[in-house]
Amino acid sequence: MIHIESIEDVQRAMRACAHVLPRGGGSKPALSVPPPDVEELDLSNLKGVVEYNPGEYTFTARAGTRIDEVQALLAGHGQYLPFDPPLAEHGATLGGTLAAGLSGPGRYRYGGVRDFILGVRLVDGTGQLVRGGGKVVKNAAGFDIPKLMVGSLGRFGVLVELTFKVFPQADAFTTVRQPCAKLESAVAALERVYLARLDVDSLDLMPGEGGSATVWVRLAGMPGVLHARAERVRALLGGGDVLDGTDDFLAWREAREFTWVPPGWTLVKVPLTPGRIAGLEAILDPLQAQRRYSGGGNVAWVALPDTVPAQRLDGILLPAGLAGLILFGPAGKVRIGARENEVFERRVKAVFDPAGRLPDLA
Amino acid sequence: MDNHALQALIDALTSLYPPDRLLSKAGELAPYESDALTAYRVRPAVVVIPETQDEVIQTVKLCHAHKVPFVARGSGTSLSGGSLPVKDGIVIALNRLNHILKLDPRERIAVVEAGTINLDITKAAAPYDLYYAPDPSSQQICTIGGNVAFNSGGAHCLKYGMTSNHILGLKVVLPDGQVVRLGGESTEAVGPDLVGLFVGSEGLFGIVLEITVRLLPRPEKYHTLLAAYSTLEAAGEAVSRVVASGLLPGALEIMDRLAIQAAEAAVHPNYPKGAQAILIVELEGEPEEVSEETQRLEQVIRESGAYEVRVAQDASDRQRIWKGRKSAFSAVGRLSPDYIVQDGVVPRSRLSEALAEIKRLGEQYGLRVANVFHAGDGNLHPLILYDGREAGALERAEKLAGEILDLCIRFGGSITGEHGVAVEKRDYLPRMYSETDLDVMWRLRCAIDPEQIANPGKMFPPGTGGNGVVSPVAHSTNLHPLDQAGIISRE
Repeated sequence: MIHIESIEDVQRAMRACAHVLPRGGGSKPALSVPPPDVEELDLSNLKGVVEYNPGEYTFTARAGTRIDEVQALLAGHGQYLPFDPPLAEHGATLGGTLAAGLSGPGRYRYGGVRDFILGVRLVDGTGQLVRGGGKVVKNAAGFDIPKLMVGSLGRFGVLVELTFKVFPQADAFTTVRQPCAKLESAVAALERVYLARLDVDSLDLMPGEGGSATVWVRLAGMPGVLHARAERVRALLGGGDVLDGTDDFLAWREAREFTWVPPGWTLVKVPLTPGRIAGLEAILDPLQAQRRYSGGGNVAWVALPDTVPAQRLDGILLPAGLAGLILFGPAGKVRIGARENEVFERRVKAVFDPAGRLPDLA
Repeated sequence: MDNHALQALIDALTSLYPPDRLLSKAGELAPYESDALTAYRVRPAVVVIPETQDEVIQTVKLCHAHKVPFVARGSGTSLSGGSLPVKDGIVIALNRLNHILKLDPRERIAVVEAGTINLDITKAAAPYDLYYAPDPSSQQICTIGGNVAFNSGGAHCLKYGMTSNHILGLKVVLPDGQVVRLGGESTEAVGPDLVGLFVGSEGLFGIVLEITVRLLPRPEKYHTLLAAYSTLEAAGEAVSRVVASGLLPGALEIMDRLAIQAAEAAVHPNYPKGAQAILIVELEGEPEEVSEETQRLEQVIRESGAYEVRVAQDASDRQRIWKGRKSAFSAVGRLSPDYIVQDGVVPRSRLSEALAEIKRLGEQYGLRVANVFHAGDGNLHPLILYDGREAGALERAEKLAGEILDLCIRFGGSITGEHGVAVEKRDYLPRMYSETDLDVMWRLRCAIDPEQIANPGKMFPPGTGGNGVVSPVAHSTNLHPLDQAGIISRE
């Protein structure tokens, strides 16, 4: 492992090593454990906020900066990361979160990590330092390299510095939790909220024992009207408990930090749409998986017991036309299930990493 | 350009298109010679008007086989010359590919063809109380394909983002005729964000055929407030106060005195008399939330020194306020025979400083500058007024426009917030990015389009990659560099 202290260190390592894999906080082990003969670049010391002007709604920080440190800084100015990055308490970094393309349940309100990245600096596979995007909230000049890096898993370069857009944090939160006896009624309730003219902060669904499921709806905003708004949500859900304060906080911490995933299990991200929840539930049935649907049913988090190899999920997702990304579990083939035509991706890869120093697209 | 190749392509196109959809006579080509960057004109060899996606794909394949450049065009509203034709190239007019292929309210998505008008998506979604959020001022006529190519913005970008933030999936014909699908129907994805890279690529990566957009629930209540100020600086200061208050308005727009005059002359929005600047702030969402936020906003505006504050009482009131703002570009035509629409970004906290500098530059150049801007984003739209009949006036106006872009770069902003680089700003791109950054972008372009036939001459300065784009033919002293290069000709 090479401990990176500066951008120049990354450039030197890139030029000296035949194969490298960047690592941030290591909170997503399947993505950061290097195969044999691959040099791991530890970026956790390439850290620190470089620029932050609350009036601009932007900040720039080194890629190895921990998310929780950024959150503390922003909170001091009444601001937050609207894409609600997961695994912050597990040491997730800005660079790792962008490269993995991960957003938390709060992404439902204003968008995911792709919607808040403004600029990047990266070291490409030839050791060059490349900048893309800018430091202002709006910019249409040149190709959108920052967005290309979202979910790129270090295949195009090692991220060294990132600029994000941030928003003012809401004054207060509340959550309505509605347990439903049947999955179908929970999905129907989720869809009613999905289509309602409401400003919902987070919208999750979690199947439980015996075909039941629970729907969670979080609201954020002015404290004086929060409970009146929660009543509208309860009407749509056909009831539900209202969680405030610590109860509200803990309900979403569980989602964001994946504390519901038993230790040693494999965790896979599967993008989908709310209309496909029932179908995925049916095909997952034989795997004894635990599931949580987030972002209004736009992503499934699927946890598999260690007795079930991820290849079995691969074989289930592929015919269903769904893709998956393994976050916890054995390293190796982390992208499973369906794939887009790779023509475009391969051409992009050849530009950033002609010698194949960075991991292949697999 | 190899004339044999061009003629062979035209022969092949003749068997693909009936005569009424293959235009080659001077009179037929004239409407396609220019887009909204009207100072530039180039006559293409032919214009084809496909009616099916397959015709577009076949046309691109033929262009690739004969190595003839093509330019895709929607409604021709690009302000940066994005759909300016290439001499001896062809124009593929996509307006008839305007079908809404799927609208699934349950999944909150629509799949539309590239020639679909932006506002038509919202119209189709309205019965389900859904809408398509990005709203460039030209949304009544601009096409979604053009919006994707240029990552168009609008008045609601601070809260909702640009076009890119609303595009989930694309079906694209690459410049070699291969058809690929990028992204999907979910707001989440696995793998690199190729949709994100494609959006805003200015036609250099091929032509978008189908676009999957996300739809949002229509806000139940709008609160649209208009505040009048006796100085432009005070309006700019009010924006900082709104931002600091923790509110996140859907829109924060400023118009200065000259822009107000133009709007009054054109569409009579009846803005407050004597205003040096007006600020439009819009809150939207659930009624209970909006009414709470309104109290906070009104206090902020009261403290900001506005001398008159109006609140839209109903939908038609709201529309009147917005009509003045959205028609400001074209309205300036009432004040001046010609004008340049500029688009730059500065950090929001330096807005007042930037406006003072633009004012000073205008005086120095002896040109009037009207300012309309998305203040929440720091996205300036100075409108530089000039008279094209006056010798040297256009050149002076362009020089002033260039100084404003330099100012944006100096302040740490961008040379374009939403109009794109295309022809208008390609010489400025190297001032914003290093040689290495540009080289990577150029190699991306070449990797996707090795023959450089997809919308060549856009985004990158002539001569990039030593590809010999520039071939000077004229030595006239009064010609624009593009005229001199034989790339364009102007009225």
